[in-house]
Amino acid sequence: MLAQFIEFSIIGIASGGMYVLSALGFVIIYKATRIFNFAMGEMMMLPAFIFLWALNTLGLQWSVALLVAILGGVTIVLVLERFVMRRMIGRPVVVLVMVTLGAGSVLRGLASLIWGQEIVTLPDFLPRTPIFLGDVMIPGKLASSFLIAAVVALGFVAYYRFSRAGIAIRATAIDLVTAEGLGINVRWIFTLAWVLAAILASVAGVLAASINGLSPQLGLVALNVLAVIMLAGMTSVFGVVVAGLFIGWLETMVGAYLSASWQSFLPYVIVLLVMMVKPSGLFGEERVERI
Amino acid sequence: MSDTPTSSATAPASRWSTFEVFSSVACLVLAITLPAYASVYVLYMASLVAINAIATVGLNITVGYTGLLSIGHSAFIGVGAYAAGLAMLHLGTPLFINVIIGAFAAFSVGLIFGIPSLRIKGVYLAIATLAAQYSLYFLFQQWTSVTGGDRGLSLPGTNLFGMGDTGFYYGVLLIALVLFVGARNLFRTRIGRSFIAVRERDYAAQVLGINVVRTKLLAFGIGAAFAGVSGALTAHFLRLVNPDQFTLLVSVFFLTAVVVGGRASILGSILGAGFMTLLPEVLREILSALPISGQANVAGLLSPLREIIFGLLIIGFLMFEPRGLKGILDRLLGKTDSMAESEAD
Repeated sequence: MLAQFIEFSIIGIASGGMYVLSALGFVIIYKATRIFNFAMGEMMMLPAFIFLWALNTLGLQWSVALLVAILGGVTIVLVLERFVMRRMIGRPVVVLVMVTLGAGSVLRGLASLIWGQEIVTLPDFLPRTPIFLGDVMIPGKLASSFLIAAVVALGFVAYYRFSRAGIAIRATAIDLVTAEGLGINVRWIFTLAWVLAAILASVAGVLAASINGLSPQLGLVALNVLAVIMLAGMTSVFGVVVAGLFIGWLETMVGAYLSASWQSFLPYVIVLLVMMVKPSGLFGEERVERI
Repeated sequence: MSDTPTSSATAPASRWSTFEVFSSVACLVLAITLPAYASVYVLYMASLVAINAIATVGLNITVGYTGLLSIGHSAFIGVGAYAAGLAMLHLGTPLFINVIIGAFAAFSVGLIFGIPSLRIKGVYLAIATLAAQYSLYFLFQQWTSVTGGDRGLSLPGTNLFGMGDTGFYYGVLLIALVLFVGARNLFRTRIGRSFIAVRERDYAAQVLGINVVRTKLLAFGIGAAFAGVSGALTAHFLRLVNPDQFTLLVSVFFLTAVVVGGRASILGSILGAGFMTLLPEVLREILSALPISGQANVAGLLSPLREIIFGLLIIGFLMFEPRGLKGILDRLLGKTDSMAESEAD
């Protein structure tokens, strides 16, 4: 009984790794540009399809295919940023959010036009041998995908903390005008934030697809990550890591002890609860404007 | 900032031109005489356009006039549809009562989901409406004893004024007209004006003595109530209510209709709803005219193409013609007093 609980817990936390990645992507865009990006799920889904295509059609190794997928994801986002989002700077937030919704719809439609609407399973590229910790068994796929997620997330956080560009992003997030006055190229920072988010989303998408299968609807399923962001408080990188792992754990627990239909509903219960109890999230800035 | 949509209501220029009077009378006559010569299909589409236009006007009150983004509109349509359907099944109430029940149910549920998001501004309402979308869908699907689960509710037919389909069309037309005129007049009252004031600059609105929280909540609730009316009519129209009529994609459909028609314009919403309802039909005609083998392929192409086109319409109109079809119409008519909408967050 207890062993089973521990097993589910570890599986849950491991599957939270993907949430951490895509939520980090959300937060970096929100911090730098104040845009709430509803197309994040599609930014995960399309690279996963590109990954599958590179793996099957081009016959590449999985690590090379992952690079191709990231490149594809970054290209799509660059096009979106250059030709749509950048032209919309200065428009009201509501309009920008609607544009990301529209972009998500286009990308989802494109994916189902090219690759069809059925769920496809990715070939096994991650080691399948389970890892045993005493009585507890962890599926090999999950463990290695968590490892990849952890490496990418750590790399991102280190870049964000210590690199010159990371500091520039944070400066822009705190005060755009001052940042520009100090010689930071704010326009470049916006682009950088989108590119970083695209990289995170691509890896998250490939990992999510390798475990749960892939279909254009992955883009909508990925909106579950909103629960992570709300719980973390939209602006906190550290909070996202904690909240992502927690939501992954909770979702697995609900799936294991209640039923799968509750699993899809749970993230939104959390969203509503957080809004009612502590709208700024657990780790968010208190500097929210109340009305 | 001064060029708000209200300026048309206050300025003397708002008096209708001969052309406008003529074209509205022509439209009305066309709508009333339609059953006399139109085919069943045309009548069906006309009813659908009117039903969708009601929901679009509601969403426009929330999104366009008050500046609150809602991406869960179809869930409120669903609340109206289920409320009306259940009333019809268990109480046997007539259409007009069901419409009121639907509106009231959606209004109340809308308020419940609106409340948590009002503690802070920004995109929180959008997220709360998304949460509403998923939780209400879950409820429709899982509360089998009441909603019938995935199979939904099958409803008896409606025979309005003893005229069958034609009677239903007139019923929808009547309700739609009442609601459109009501919505138009709403923005000449204190309440409607305060919606716009809140959109423009909520701090300034507060200074003017407007209760911002109550105004936002009311705007959200009224939008949901329109959705409820539309849902109740849908239930009567299709004689079937099931969860898959109320997905996120349907919400995106109505959001597209608002943007395409023109935000903060009642006429725009009607145009947008008509455009969006007829677009898939036109698309289907074009696709079946193309040399594509097999009926299955056409159906398989249709839904991805719809998503792509909806998305492109949202992006395209927001980028190049934020005033939507209404703006294009105004320009065609050579209206110089451009009611350039101002946008505020």
